[in-house]
Amino acid sequence: MKTMKNDIKSKLSAWLNFDLDLDEVPERTPPKPKAPHRSKLLILRRIQNERVHRAVYALLAVFCSITLAACLLLTVSGMPRYGEDAEFMDTVTYEYLAHGMEYTGVVNIVSGIILEYRAFDTLGESFVLFCAVSCVLLLLRRDGASGKEPPAMRDITGDPILSSSARILVPLIFVFGIYVLLNGHLSPGGGFSGGAVLGAGLIIISSAFGEDVSGRIITERVFKTVTTAALLFYCVGKSYTFFTGANGLPTGIGNGTPGDILSAGLILPLNIAVGMVVACTVYGMYRMFGKGRF
Amino acid sequence: MLGNFIHNYEEAVALLLFSIGFVTLLFHRNMIRKLIGMNIMDSGIYLFLASLGYIYDRRAPIVEDGITDPSKYVNPVPASLVLTGIVVSVSVTAVMLALAVRLYERYHTLNLDEIYELSRRRTEHR
Repeated sequence: MKTMKNDIKSKLSAWLNFDLDLDEVPERTPPKPKAPHRSKLLILRRIQNERVHRAVYALLAVFCSITLAACLLLTVSGMPRYGEDAEFMDTVTYEYLAHGMEYTGVVNIVSGIILEYRAFDTLGESFVLFCAVSCVLLLLRRDGASGKEPPAMRDITGDPILSSSARILVPLIFVFGIYVLLNGHLSPGGGFSGGAVLGAGLIIISSAFGEDVSGRIITERVFKTVTTAALLFYCVGKSYTFFTGANGLPTGIGNGTPGDILSAGLILPLNIAVGMVVACTVYGMYRMFGKGRF
Repeated sequence: MLGNFIHNYEEAVALLLFSIGFVTLLFHRNMIRKLIGMNIMDSGIYLFLASLGYIYDRRAPIVEDGITDPSKYVNPVPASLVLTGIVVSVSVTAVMLALAVRLYERYHTLNLDEIYELSRRRTEHR
């Protein structure tokens, strides 16, 4: 080894025509095997360090928790009294309550705030849900190609109690969900809650009658089409009203009589769109966590 | 010192719930328990917001009989904020659960200490 290296060096220096240092290349000595007691000591020290870390962590955590709770409770004691008319109740809230029905045509003021005054936020929320379900799809999807079957869940399909009660309950759940969805501008409810109820109904169908039955209702294609179409409709509709509203143009969409089912302009179709997105999202997440495919 | 502490018991309970969730997040090593702690924190925030909007002897902000007098209804703004919060917390919970499933598939444990030890051993091995 050593002679070969020196040989190469001399050849190189002859070729380059100047003198490389021709010092002796020292033989590399193999490292001495460590004494066994030393590694044992290292392990001991690591364990000790871990214990110290844990103790410090616990102390700091207790300190942080107590400080946080104390700060929060002190703030609560300095806040205006519960249930009394506070000062912040005068400007924005006053406007919403006094003119909300007149401007937007809704009876349920919260629905008017969500889908008319703060519709941009609600669009963002729908996209947050969409992103979440996309991430879950990316993380948990199991195609035939990857070939790994998920750990089997306990199969409760065809359970007599579940299936016979689902036969009675599923129609009621769907009717209730559609009612909540369509009456969002008239009564408590709206797109998010109605969609969640519909998604729960789909989950019950899937677990009681088997995945084939619910898979016939919502295939992957239906899922993609409905979600994308609903979000696109929301975007286009709200862009239109924002554009016309900002430029002072008439929208051409009347508010109707407050209290009628066909009133409040775009709020009813927007509620339906949001409800579709939420129902598909809830069901899609259930399927991803269960089987890993639609 | 403790001015309105007795009267604001509902907010106090909500923030205690928030602190319980925080403690769960700090002291538990299991991913699923941490997630449950985060959801408890979210619930505390919803309760806090809902109790902020409440006013005695007033009705829910759904116009009845055409009465649009703002002094008849409770504050509708916290309700819509809570809706936003619920949607975001559902999304975050779903993504975190999916990540926990993938972690379990890789390390066959949900204990964060063990996962850290295993991942360190793997990088050392490499």
